[in-house]
Amino acid sequence: MPADRAAETGRPPASYVTRVLGEVPCQPGVPKPDAILIATDVHRQFGGLTAVDVAHLEVQRGSITALIGPNGAGKTTLFNLLTGFDRPDTGQWTFNGESIARMPAHRVARSGMVRTFQLTKVLSRLTVLENMRLAAPHQIGEEVYAAVLPFLWRRQERIVTDKAMRLLRQFNLAEKAQDFAGSLSGGQRKLLEMARALMTDPVMVMLDEPMAGVNPALTQSLLAHIRDLRESGMTVLFVEHDMDMVRDISDWVVVMAQGQIIAEGPPASVMADARVIDAYLGAHHDRPLTADGQSLTRADAEVSSP
Amino acid sequence: MDWSAVLGQALTQAVGIQAIIYCLAAIGLNMQFGYTGLLNFGQAGFAAVGAYAIAVLVVTFDWGLWPSMAMGILGAIVLALLLGVPTLRLRADYLAIVTIAAAEVIRLVSRSVTFNDVFGGSDGITGKFAAEFYALNPFIAVDPEFSGLTLGPLRYTRNDSWIWLAGWALIAIVLLIFWLLVRSPWGRVLKSIREDEDAARSLGKNVYLYKMESLIIGGVIGALAGFVFAASSQSVQPDNYATALTFFAYTVLILGGAARVLGPVAGTIVFWFLIVFIGEFLTGALRAGWIPDELLRPDQIGQVRFMLVGLGLMLLMIFRPQGMFGDRRELALDAR
Repeated sequence: MPADRAAETGRPPASYVTRVLGEVPCQPGVPKPDAILIATDVHRQFGGLTAVDVAHLEVQRGSITALIGPNGAGKTTLFNLLTGFDRPDTGQWTFNGESIARMPAHRVARSGMVRTFQLTKVLSRLTVLENMRLAAPHQIGEEVYAAVLPFLWRRQERIVTDKAMRLLRQFNLAEKAQDFAGSLSGGQRKLLEMARALMTDPVMVMLDEPMAGVNPALTQSLLAHIRDLRESGMTVLFVEHDMDMVRDISDWVVVMAQGQIIAEGPPASVMADARVIDAYLGAHHDRPLTADGQSLTRADAEVSSP
Repeated sequence: MDWSAVLGQALTQAVGIQAIIYCLAAIGLNMQFGYTGLLNFGQAGFAAVGAYAIAVLVVTFDWGLWPSMAMGILGAIVLALLLGVPTLRLRADYLAIVTIAAAEVIRLVSRSVTFNDVFGGSDGITGKFAAEFYALNPFIAVDPEFSGLTLGPLRYTRNDSWIWLAGWALIAIVLLIFWLLVRSPWGRVLKSIREDEDAARSLGKNVYLYKMESLIIGGVIGALAGFVFAASSQSVQPDNYATALTFFAYTVLILGGAARVLGPVAGTIVFWFLIVFIGEFLTGALRAGWIPDELLRPDQIGQVRFMLVGLGLMLLMIFRPQGMFGDRRELALDAR
């Protein structure tokens, strides 16, 4: 069984993921050899509008999977459902073999699936370091009775701080550790949010538009960080409009339109798919793909999540 | 005008019994509003629960004072649960609506004719219910002739001296625990909820549980304010626990600086100093003929001093919106 093999080796190398996914047929809802996330019949309706209607979706363990689609396709709603920030009308899904459908968001996060937000949610009036420390799991000092007895948690706090500083150095935020997170630039906030997500020791990282509002100078560094996540054995699912980025780093692309999954496959084949070009580009059909990606990114940043 | 009397009175009240009561109420709000972002507009209700618990249980049901206090704390916990369970999963404004209504319900029920036998109607309860407390007066134990405390300009009567000392000791203990709590990882989770509860949730924090803990702790501190209020006057009157108590406590909190451990202490001292000083000054000025009678009558002083205090607070908020202990840079950050 591939699942067993992945569990033994711990971290399947990128080439392994690419090879395995290369053998998977390009059909919507296709099963993957070693899926970490398996969702079936996920349905969410807002009044008369069907926001999400996903028949079947599997995400390969250790892969970087992109979720793309035009505005209003239901990508963020699907994210919210999977991470417990919204309740589905119907639907079942398992993560790492465990059913997490309808589980409250904090328990989803504790089970190893951590998310970031389209509009970055840094905790402005906490320092960058406090943002990081907060995210560490299993903190004794977070119990109210232990909080008043510092000797119970001081040692753990030191370990948490070391880990936080290590990650901050990795994300080039170490000099900002004592600054309020609210004083960071948009790109630095994206970096902090990603670093903070890593503090939770996640198995799978869900990034909602990691590139939105990031200046081009930081883009390469963010891309490298996302690749690093895969190298260290994590699974990444991300929503993105920037086609260059999707082509650049994803192993697999899932395309949504009007709440449904209309296509799946490796980036090159998906982007050549006529259905995808029709659904995704719509009215902007005649313009070059990359320039369009930029304008879509900006337009979408103005539409907040439902 | 006798300046030393005016100043002496103002200073005595600035750290007096009223100041202690509002300081405690504001410390409770600091936990809820300052650190967690919970809008509890019913702190008067929590104080009323504490005050009525000791008055009713001792006078009407013949309980001892100490078990009555334990019941008062239990009552505050139950009230926090009642208010929190239905509202803490909802947006912040629901808690505000429910708490302000609940505090009024408590006041109106306790002053209603129906429960006259238990709560004493609109007159409330007067009796020697804090006698057990005053029997412990250490000043009398040391000096049987003791007639009151004089510390420089501060002057307190025999009984006031003891509750004054006990009140500030209580504040010191509460603040110590408060300080330990908010500087711990637990306090960090509270602050993260204040900043963005979805972010806290996405990092695996059970937001609902922490909000409930914060509401309970703040409410219990509110009940302690009720104990001091009731014991200091040996009486409870329902209209003392109207919304004004809550909003004065908020004033004290914001004046001192929200989310600062010592904010409520500084706030209450300045607030009570100003109120008493302005009142005494206007009285003295009228008597000395500095203000013509047509402009201000003695019975209007009570209202005018609140107008002037209000004006002062507005100026403070314009020129120092972060309060006395706050950090302006922190306030200037966008609260996204």
